[in-house]
Order: sequence, then structure tokens, then C-alpha cells
Amino acid sequence: YSSSDISDHISVTVRDALNQALDEELERDERVFLLGEEVAQYDGAYKVSRGLWKKYGDKRIIDTPITEMGFAGIAVGAAMAGLRPICEFMTFNFSMQAIDQVINSAAKTYYMSAGLQPVPIVFRGPNGASAGVAAQHSQCFAAWYGHCPGLKVVSPWSAEDAKGLLKSAIRDDNPVVFLENELMYGVPFEMSEEAQSKDFLLPIGKAKIERQGNHVTLVSHSRMVSLCLDAAAVLAKEGIECEVINMRTIRPLDAEAIETSVMKTNHLITVEGGWPQFGVGAEILARIMEGPAFNFLDAPAVRVTGVDIPMPYAKILEDNSIPQIKDIIFSVKKTLNV
Amino acid sequence: MRKMLTIISNVLRGSASRNGAELVSEGARVVVSARTYADFTPQATFDIKKCDLHKLEEGPPLQAVLTREEGLQYYRTMQTIRRMELKADQLYKQKIIRGFCHLYDGQEACAVGIETGINLSDHLITAYRAHGYTLTRGGTVREIMAELTGRRGGIAKGKGGSMHMYTKHFYGGNGIVGAQVPLGAGVALACKYLGNNEICVCLYGDGAANQGQIFETYNMASLWKLPCIFICENNKYGMGTSVERAAASTDYYKRGDFIPGLRLDGMDVLCVREATKFAAEHCRSGKGPILMELQTYRYHGHSMSDPGVSYRTREEIQEVRSKSDPISMLKDRMLSNNMASVEELKEIDVEVRKEIEDAAQFATTDPEPPLDDLCNHIFYNDPPMEVRGTNPWTKLKSVS
Repeated sequence: YSSSDISDHISVTVRDALNQALDEELERDERVFLLGEEVAQYDGAYKVSRGLWKKYGDKRIIDTPITEMGFAGIAVGAAMAGLRPICEFMTFNFSMQAIDQVINSAAKTYYMSAGLQPVPIVFRGPNGASAGVAAQHSQCFAAWYGHCPGLKVVSPWSAEDAKGLLKSAIRDDNPVVFLENELMYGVPFEMSEEAQSKDFLLPIGKAKIERQGNHVTLVSHSRMVSLCLDAAAVLAKEGIECEVINMRTIRPLDAEAIETSVMKTNHLITVEGGWPQFGVGAEILARIMEGPAFNFLDAPAVRVTGVDIPMPYAKILEDNSIPQIKDIIFSVKKTLNV
Repeated sequence: MRKMLTIISNVLRGSASRNGAELVSEGARVVVSARTYADFTPQATFDIKKCDLHKLEEGPPLQAVLTREEGLQYYRTMQTIRRMELKADQLYKQKIIRGFCHLYDGQEACAVGIETGINLSDHLITAYRAHGYTLTRGGTVREIMAELTGRRGGIAKGKGGSMHMYTKHFYGGNGIVGAQVPLGAGVALACKYLGNNEICVCLYGDGAANQGQIFETYNMASLWKLPCIFICENNKYGMGTSVERAAASTDYYKRGDFIPGLRLDGMDVLCVREATKFAAEHCRSGKGPILMELQTYRYHGHSMSDPGVSYRTREEIQEVRSKSDPISMLKDRMLSNNMASVEELKEIDVEVRKEIEDAAQFATTDPEPPLDDLCNHIFYNDPPMEVRGTNPWTKLKSVS
């Protein structure tokens, strides 16, 4: 964090941070434009693009029909021809209809053309569980997109993350999948003066240590970072100091940051909202096994994940389908054998 | 005059049997070039078939003017595509080309006709039967063949193969059926956005024409008046499935519904040219997209692993070859209107054959890409990065 006076800090929600990022990048580069369902006249299904259509008009903010495969393909084609589109999926669940365009048309093209054809595009929208939206609207796509070479996959947590990473994603000359979180949109964060600037960028591919600690490393992304910090606060009262790493980027994964931490704490727990099998945590654990940090583990590294089921509707069922703070605390104590 | 020249050339040929071959070719060449400017018709007007129209009051003109220069150029380009594809067939059977290879012989009038109706500064995208378009869009036979054989001199450095060739304003070469159509509309959107008066030609086959994403694209292209020419190359078979077995409506030029359409003879390069000019004018004038259906035919099967005779008869293929071959059609037109001589066209054939041979030679002797190119070109404009190899100890380097 910057060491400037706290009075410079203002409170900004994740939604407003995203809005600022979009506004600043639209202003900075004429080739940037936003398309998706309800992004223009409705001000965005989740109000992330509020005010932008009024400011920039029909040419830069385009409402599309409900045809994901078509408009995602159109966005990729526009990127190939020299524009810098931001393609919004109302939620990433709907990106499944367009996933061929994301992977086969966007991600692989620079490689297949041996460097002749770059694709500077951002696919963004809310990812993962929401509240009460049930099975078809709650899937986390971090692992699926994180699997594919040619993509960068970003998963911000805080307002600062959202702003700095979205700006970097838009300026990146490659396809970036930008996974937001609906439940985080309304959450306010302190934003430093530095973060408020129009040139504030965060590097894609670098994790952040949100909380220092010596006893166990908690690695997480998106909303689960909040839960890790809450669990860490509870555990601190019992003398257990957790180091909480906010991944910020899924691909490329900042393995070095995780390894450095594990070599200090000797214990690792990954925390994610997505399903366990072949997931983000699975990848992190595999990397730790294969890397220099393995010899520093005093206990097997474990994953805290969503339950391996489609998301149910009833509140009691839904609450028990995703990690809760008590699950993280329980896992820490098991790992530390306390 | 002509009779006198014939007598002279016969005499020269006669003397050559005594004096050696060089004398004849020298003499024959002198004889031929003496005819070039004096005797040939500089241009002629040809009647071309009327297009079927959909939601259009009028269509392209019913006559096309062809100059001698144009005719020779179209002939040369079509012949180059033809011979290049046949050479690819040969190399594939020798196992020097691997994987997928979808050949374009028979359809040459489409690629050549379309290119003559637009500018190189316009844009074009097609599916996987793309070798012909890679050539008309500025690629060379050498780099196309070397890409097929997977060598470092290939147009995509050997990393793309048959289905993934790119040049300036040519977006491939796309392997997923139908996916290129929204991409093409996106290119058209960029043209409109940037206000550069350029258009995008967006091709797909009769098989792809039933894809949902194409209808999604028709809708958005029409709503937003994108300068996009949708072109369906109807070669009557989507792989092994005839059009009647795949489409409830085979009037592909009408399938755009609210988008005006034309159906025309895709074997006649002049028809294709005039229709493309008409369509390009429609787009450039801001009227939005337009759809063309080119009725054409492929002599080969769907790909090199398809003999192409289990779902159609050899008689059918032979009939198209003898009655509708695009190169023969142009050749007959030019010869019967005295726009070129048999010898002249033969000479072009010889030159084309040589170009293909040289290219094949290059394509079979150029080395394969170096192994340290394996992980390059993942990201554009990024610092070098590490890529995991097949095992944890192998760390490979990737540069932009």
C-alpha cells in the first residue's frame, strides 16, 4: 500500500471502480468500445456501465440482441481488424454459448498465425455464485478459461484490483477474460490517491499479499479473499497468523508469490468458490508439488472449494454449497494440527 | 497475313529438324510475338447469366466487358490455383502434407472473380477451403505450399497448416464451421467504425449455411447496417451430405430473409465479378449487408481423406468438368473471340507449372521450424515468458 496520508483515501465500490476504468479507457483510446446485452440504454444489467452510453453514444456503447455466439464473434472480428472491443457477458454462464469464439477464434489465433494476427479483446462480466440464482447461473469459469494457452484470465477482488486490472486488461494487446463477481459489486473499499489516478495500472500476472502472517498461507481469488481475511481475523485471536494472498490473476498464475509464502509458513490452503475437480486449487497444489516449496511443507497442502454439486436454490442449501468462514478456520486448524 | 505467318512458322519448324530445337523456339517466339499487338481483340463484351434476385429490384448487369489483359490475368490466377491444388493432392498422397487438406479445384472462378470485384484494401474471411483465397489475397504459392508441408518458410511459419493461413486483410483460414461468419461481420463493424469505406467479404459453404451463429450474424449485420457481403459457396455437398439432405430450404440466397440476396453461376468468373462489384457498391453506399450464393463445384472430395465418390457419381463429376469447368469456360471465350492464342495460353500453363514446381521444391526442401519456435507467439507485445514443457523440469521460452 502507499504510505500517503489516509485522508487522501476515498471509499469506492467495486462497481464504481469498474465504471471508472471503463470511462477512462474509453476516453483515452478511440478504438475502445463496449458491447453486450443492456450495456447502453439500460446502463448495464448490474449498472457497471452506468452513464457511459449517455457520454459516449451509440458508436462506442452498443446494445446487442441476446445472441452471445454471434456478438462474441463480432467482437473478436472487430479486434482482428484493429479495434479494441470490450465484450460483456451478462454472466459468464452465458459465455458457454460463445466459448468457441473465446478459445478458437480469440485465444489461439496469434499462435496459429505465427504472430501475424493479434486479438486485443477483453471479455468481462460477473462470474461464479451469486445469491439465489440456482444452478444454471452460478458456475465459476476460472478453471475452464485458466486451462487455455493464449488467454489471460484475471479475477479481481477489491475496488483497486478492479480498476487497475481492468485498465491493464483493456490496454493489453491479447485476449483477456476478466472475471468479476456480482456479490462484490456493491462492496466499498478504500482507494488510495494513487489508485484514483487515470494512469493507475496493476500488472496482470502478479498476486498481492493482503495480510502478512507466519503460520499458514491462504491463497484465494475474488470474493473468497474477503472470507480468508475474515477467517484470518478470527484465527489471529487464537494466535494463529495467516498470510492471505490475493491471486488477482488466474492465468498466468503467480506461482512464485505462493512458493515464497509457503517457504515461510510451511502450510498451504487454497480457497475458491468453484468446484474442486480440476480446479484452480488443484493447479496450485500441483505446482507446489513440482516446485521448490514442496520440501518446506510440514503438512499436505489442501483445498477449500465449493461443494461438488450443481448450485441449489434454497438458502440453507446454497449457503452450504460454498465455502464459509468456518470451513476455512476448520481447515487451518486441521492443517496445523491444533 | 495469318496464312503467310503459318507458312513461315512451318518452314522454320521444318528447318529445325535439321538444325536443332533452339532454332524453332526462337523462330516460333518471333512468329508469335509478331501477332501479339496487331492481331488480338483488346476487349470483348460477353453476355452473362441473369442472377436470381431476393428483395432486390434490380441486379448486376447482364453483360460483362473483359479486356485481354484481364482475361490473361484471370486465366493465369485460376490456373495457378488449379495446379497448386493438384500438386497439394500429389504431396498429400506422398505423405509430405499431413492432417487436413481441403482442396479448391473446380471453384477457382469464385476466389478469382470475387477478388476482381473488390480491392486488396478490402477484407475477406473464409473457412478451411482457403488455399485459393490465400493466393488471391496476396500470399505466394511458395509460402502456401511450405505451410502445407509444415516448414519454416510457410506463410504461418509452419504453425498453422492448411486451415490457418493469413495475409494482410485476410483473416484465414478458419477451422470451426460457421465461426468465421460473425468474425467477418466484426471486421465489417470495424470498417464502419473507422469510416474507411472498406468492406468485408465473409464466405461460408452450403454446409455451414445452417449454423445458428450465421443467423445471429445476419440479424446484427442488418440491424447495424454493417458493410458485409455474405457469400455462400454452394458446392452442393457439405462433406458427404448433399444440400437436399441438410437444408429444409436450399435457396441459400434467400436464407438471409431481410437481407437482399443474389444467386449466380459460380463457375463463370465474369458472373462472379459483376455480382461482387454490384454487392460491394451496395455495401459501400451504406445500405447494409447483402448475400450472394455462388453455385459452384469441387472436383475433389471434401478433404484428402474423402474420395468424393460415395455420395456422388463419377458421371456427375465428369459432366461438370466437361461442361462447366471455369478455366475452360474462360479459355473458350478468349479463343473464340480472338483475345489470345492457344500458344499464348499454353505458355502461361508452362510458366504456372514451373512456378508450382519451384514452390513444391521449396516446400519439400525448406527445413521444419526450429524447436525453439515451439512456444513463441502465444502473446503479442509481451515480455518473454516461461512455458511449462511436458514435465516439471522442462521450462521452455516464449517470446512475442
